Amino acid sequence: MPVRVQTHDFDLTTEITKLRADTPKVGAVVTFVGTVRDLNEGEHVAEMELEHYPGMTEKALEDIVSQAKSRWDIFDALVIHRVGPLKPLEQIVLVAVTSAHRGEAFLACEFIIDYLKTLAPFWKKEQTPSGARWVDARVSDDEAMKKWDKAH
Amino acid sequence: MQINLKFFASLREAVGTSQETLVLTSDLKTAGQVKDFLCQRGGVWAEALAEGRAVRIACNQEMADTSTLLSDGCELAFFPPVTGG
Repeated sequence: MPVRVQTHDFDLTTEITKLRADTPKVGAVVTFVGTVRDLNEGEHVAEMELEHYPGMTEKALEDIVSQAKSRWDIFDALVIHRVGPLKPLEQIVLVAVTSAHRGEAFLACEFIIDYLKTLAPFWKKEQTPSGARWVDARVSDDEAMKKWDKAH
Repeated sequence: MQINLKFFASLREAVGTSQETLVLTSDLKTAGQVKDFLCQRGGVWAEALAEGRAVRIACNQEMADTSTLLSDGCELAFFPPVTGG
């Protein structure tokens, strides 16, 4: 099950091509790409640094993908998350899910990114005009995860 | 018994180290007891791990809590709530 944590960028087309190669049963591919914004909490962000917990982060991502696979009828899922210094406009994260039909892939893709944001050990530190600051976790992210407790 | 401590992100910066080896005295059996022990060092430790601060704990790279029992050689990590994605 492909899960990658890397400093370098990724190419969406290349990744999707690989994910569904020689798999004609795939009828739907849903992807989510997270990117760096230049504004957060009212301040301009010049650059951010992403830290992770080598070993645990990969395990946490694999566990989230496993959960998605057990909940929905999907064929495969790919998660790529970048670490290190990143600038606005750069890609941070890719979640891609393949399935026979779109419904399952849409749900599994959203589930994976919602869980990733609350359970996978990554931390963002932003460079702003008033100095460097660690990004605080959002309550809305916890709520996004909780909605999967009841639904589906 | 000896365990490996790890610290990440803002917590790592606050305490000024990313890891250390800790020899456990017999009264330190759970993750919470180690957290309290570190707090008692005072200064940056007491501040970073203060009661009421959002601190997450992982044991052997799985999410844990203050009641998690420690074993010899385990890896105990402390970090703030995650902000990836």
